[in-house]
Amino acid sequence: MQLEQAIVISQQPIQGGYSLLHLRSPGIASQVRPGQFVHIKIPRLEECVLRRPFSVFRADGDTLTILYKHVGRGTRGLKDTKLGETLSLIGPLGHGFPSPQKDCFPILVAGGYGMAALYLVAKQSPVKGIAFFGGRSAQDILCVPDFEALGWTVRVATEDGSLGQQGLVTALLDDWLERERTNETPEFFVCGPSGMLKAVASRAIARAWTAWTSVDNNMGCGVGACLTCVLKVKSGEDWTWARACKEGPVFNAADILWEEIE
Amino acid sequence: MTPNLSTNIGGIQMKNPVMTASGTFGYGPEYAELVDLNQLGAIVVKGICLNETKGNQTPRTAEAASGLLNAIGLPGPGVAGFVREYMPFLRQYDVPVIVNIWGKTIEEYVEVAARFDSIPGVAGLEVNVSCPNIKEGSALFGTDLKMFERVVKAIRNATRLPLMPKLAPNVADIAEYARCAEACGADAISLINSFPAMSVNIETRRPMLANKTGGLSGPAIKPIALRLVWLAAQAVKIPVVGMGGIASAEDALEFLMVGARAVAVGTASFIHPDTALKVVRGIEQFLAEKNLATVADWVGAFDP
Repeated sequence: MQLEQAIVISQQPIQGGYSLLHLRSPGIASQVRPGQFVHIKIPRLEECVLRRPFSVFRADGDTLTILYKHVGRGTRGLKDTKLGETLSLIGPLGHGFPSPQKDCFPILVAGGYGMAALYLVAKQSPVKGIAFFGGRSAQDILCVPDFEALGWTVRVATEDGSLGQQGLVTALLDDWLERERTNETPEFFVCGPSGMLKAVASRAIARAWTAWTSVDNNMGCGVGACLTCVLKVKSGEDWTWARACKEGPVFNAADILWEEIE
Repeated sequence: MTPNLSTNIGGIQMKNPVMTASGTFGYGPEYAELVDLNQLGAIVVKGICLNETKGNQTPRTAEAASGLLNAIGLPGPGVAGFVREYMPFLRQYDVPVIVNIWGKTIEEYVEVAARFDSIPGVAGLEVNVSCPNIKEGSALFGTDLKMFERVVKAIRNATRLPLMPKLAPNVADIAEYARCAEACGADAISLINSFPAMSVNIETRRPMLANKTGGLSGPAIKPIALRLVWLAAQAVKIPVVGMGGIASAEDALEFLMVGARAVAVGTASFIHPDTALKVVRGIEQFLAEKNLATVADWVGAFDP
């Protein structure tokens, strides 16, 4: 974990209100592990007293890439950053995805820009597996060629049917599990909206498969001090709070109290 | 000549007048990789009560314009858990550790204070009588002068450690509370705690915080805090520690100028973890520019 002044080296709008932000951030880029995030001070947003957390999509040499959707003040502020501008980053933060187990078959499941947190999992995996990407429409299916270039198979589902199978990504996953799965035990790596996390978690837990889920809780300090981003996890017969920024954002699905998640 | 920044807060000797505000800096380790803790004037840890507590449901914070609403609800490891998990870490540093304590009853405050009396490495106690987010007790002690007097007196009798009650901002006459603390034997006072506030969502018709209301902190409350610190500092001889929205050396210098002998950096640490250290360096530079030999030469320099 370090404070680093990163430099904006390019802004690349991709599609449907999504952009890639490439930053020169040698200290963080060399340390980041799959599923970790950086906490960014958005420039010119002086009335906001908190940073904004972003998953690291790619880390290549001294360069970090963030994939983000223009949804609010923070992401609009990020979009307005200029080439050569300096951004204050804290990172890499959090407890990310473990390396896929060699004797399992890795399955990535992503909703919308959730795929950003999974790219480094695919890149560093000892085994090539399959990725299921879901979104509202074709516009929300991002960077498929990046994953294919790593030798992974990508299957797509959109709610409006504009790309891939029509419907939810979990239905696509169910079909695959039923018809195409080999004898290898699946191991899931999941990032997306909480409803999707919950749906994949329940399928994995029911069959005693391992699922690693990355939660997207509102965050404050990002380093474990403010206790904003907590969620309930099992602790023996009882429960305890876990910090998404510190113990997470990636949790073993079997540890989360899913009934407490909206 | 390098100005002398050292200050003494009710028996707590600090190398500079900048501490961390309770609840914004965890228990120390959270920021240790980013900030050299030895350069802080003091570390004030998150509030500790007798037993482990879980705090409020989520959502626990919400941003406001230049501020942060919080209703964390004081989750914590309790006295024994804190001493076991964090004191060995904190003792490695050359920095005074001020433990912020709270309780639901006077008896609990007393027991917590008494337990810390025998813990090596604890420099002093800040008493949270004013957390706006705890249903039973705490806030009431901060806004009812008789209750305030009872709790401060009782804690004073239970500890020899430097004692610093933290005042609530939402009282009619802050000077009364400052004087009361002094009369009860407090060694210093700190103020302000976050200001009771709320935020709602017009689409869902729901509150932004699970606790419905919370405490507002950050730059939004700085002018409120500055006035209260000024009023409190005129009312007592014991040192006043000023806080509320401090994000820069200039902010800190304002509080010192109106009579605070030390300051605390709170919410600003969330966005820039090194704020407190930048405040220390900025104060030093300012004093040097003004040819002031010590920080004490600036304290109370206000010309109303």
